[in-house]
Amino acid sequence: MSLKLPIYMDNHATTPLDPRVLEAMLPYFTERFGNAASRTHAFGWTAEAAVDAARDTLAQLIGADSGKEIAFTSGATESDNLAIKGVAEYYQSRGNHIVTTTIEHKAVLDSCKRLEKQGYQVSYVDVGKDGIVDPAAIEAAITDKTILVSVMLANNEVGTVQPIEQIGRITRSKGVLLHCDAVQGVGKVPFDVKKMNVDLASITAHKIYGPKGVGALYVRRSKPRVRLAAQMDGGGHERGNRSGTLNVPGIVGFAKAAEILIKEGKQENERLRALRDRLHQSIAARLDAVQLNGHPEQRLPGNLNISFAFVEGEGLMMAIKDVAVSSGSACTSASLEPSYVLRSMGLDEDLAHSSIRFGLGRFNTEAEVDYVADLVVDKVKRLRDMSPLYEMYQQGVDLKSIQWAAH
Amino acid sequence: MAYSEKVIEHYENPRNVGTLDNSDESVGTGLVGAPACGDVMRLQIKVNDAGVIEDAKFKTFGCGSAIASSSLATEWIKGKSVDEAAEIKNSQIAEELNLPPVKIHCSVLAEDAIKSAIEDYKKKRAARRALDGAAEPAKEAHG
Repeated sequence: MSLKLPIYMDNHATTPLDPRVLEAMLPYFTERFGNAASRTHAFGWTAEAAVDAARDTLAQLIGADSGKEIAFTSGATESDNLAIKGVAEYYQSRGNHIVTTTIEHKAVLDSCKRLEKQGYQVSYVDVGKDGIVDPAAIEAAITDKTILVSVMLANNEVGTVQPIEQIGRITRSKGVLLHCDAVQGVGKVPFDVKKMNVDLASITAHKIYGPKGVGALYVRRSKPRVRLAAQMDGGGHERGNRSGTLNVPGIVGFAKAAEILIKEGKQENERLRALRDRLHQSIAARLDAVQLNGHPEQRLPGNLNISFAFVEGEGLMMAIKDVAVSSGSACTSASLEPSYVLRSMGLDEDLAHSSIRFGLGRFNTEAEVDYVADLVVDKVKRLRDMSPLYEMYQQGVDLKSIQWAAH
Repeated sequence: MAYSEKVIEHYENPRNVGTLDNSDESVGTGLVGAPACGDVMRLQIKVNDAGVIEDAKFKTFGCGSAIASSSLATEWIKGKSVDEAAEIKNSQIAEELNLPPVKIHCSVLAEDAIKSAIEDYKKKRAARRALDGAAEPAKEAHG
């Protein structure tokens, strides 16, 4: 079987639609196109039934009590905004302090920054070298003014899985709400909102082989009943939490994607873990000065984030054209700043510039992994031949001792 | 943001990758940038007695645009006099490679690398001359 180029290994950025998801969605664009809020005719009732079934499936995916706890949004960025700003606004008489981590997605961090401008206090807790936050550090940051803790389930760059269950025990005992951005981890690592005492959770379809443009926010209804100040005003949809006509085809696709994960997730994650480990070992066995970023075991099954010392990330990505991956290098970010996640983990800047993130997914094969490993090893060697730093390293020069003439 | 054809060409077929012997008196070595910035260029020139750059080599840690900028720099300075090479402007490099605004700094670093190599060469020549000059009075004293 010949390989089809280009090869996609950036499944943390987005995923292709599973063909079964597309098939499930299509009728809702054509014959079953009704507005789910149209209560007076069959077009509306059909759409509403599909949406309600979707709610139940998504509730099942995350271990929620009921589909009533699912509020549909346009995506996880909106869900994060709704959770953080919605809770902050609703509970402001109880307190004005939020606790989160330094490696959260920008949707969480920038929502917190906006709240700070409005007078809220936010504590950004650091993570360890392995990219995992210490629950004790979260606990130490909580005060009697804290109304919300927000910690992601798994990080999108280094794939590290956070100790949500332990953090949930702490927040529950202190009567503080816990929001979890579960975008990367849901369906891939254990996640159960009841077991873990999670009160709000953001999820999205396009990371689980569903369509872009639809996500959801889990909002707990019991013990405690969580309230929110809506951020989108209008017809009062989603129990007043989020107005706006529902993206019915998107929601149907989202639920189909979730259903596939519920049924096939366990085997798929085992397969991905084996593929990822194969890629890692194949590369590490043939190259020196290669470093895995983030905890080796507590990470997403398909994630591999490696720094190739003495080779710059964007240069390497250009060299492995025909393979889609991403990098923590500054060159690839619009701001020329290297990845803030890698920096929070204490990674030296030069290694952050040398990092590549591989995100394996459902449609990657062993043949692709072998091809990519060979290509990466070959190109890294080639770039190291062109690297003054590698030459100095081979000569035993301590690069940290040099006075660089940076401009 | 796809790469320009020229940048890709310089990466696929880089000109003048390598190392000159820094202990050779006619060789000047420029080392600019910093690993923490993601850009380090080492550019070396070999200058003949007529002050003309007869060979140039580079090695770069950096993105495709940085590699291309330094590769192009070595191409351009070969055959030029040291003074002519010092006149090369980063804007010329950026234009030749069609660098987008966010990559202009790569061409600036390449210009710095040329100047740094020339400066090193000139320093070595001055040190050589000082050594030759200092040798004579000593001869007289003994003579």
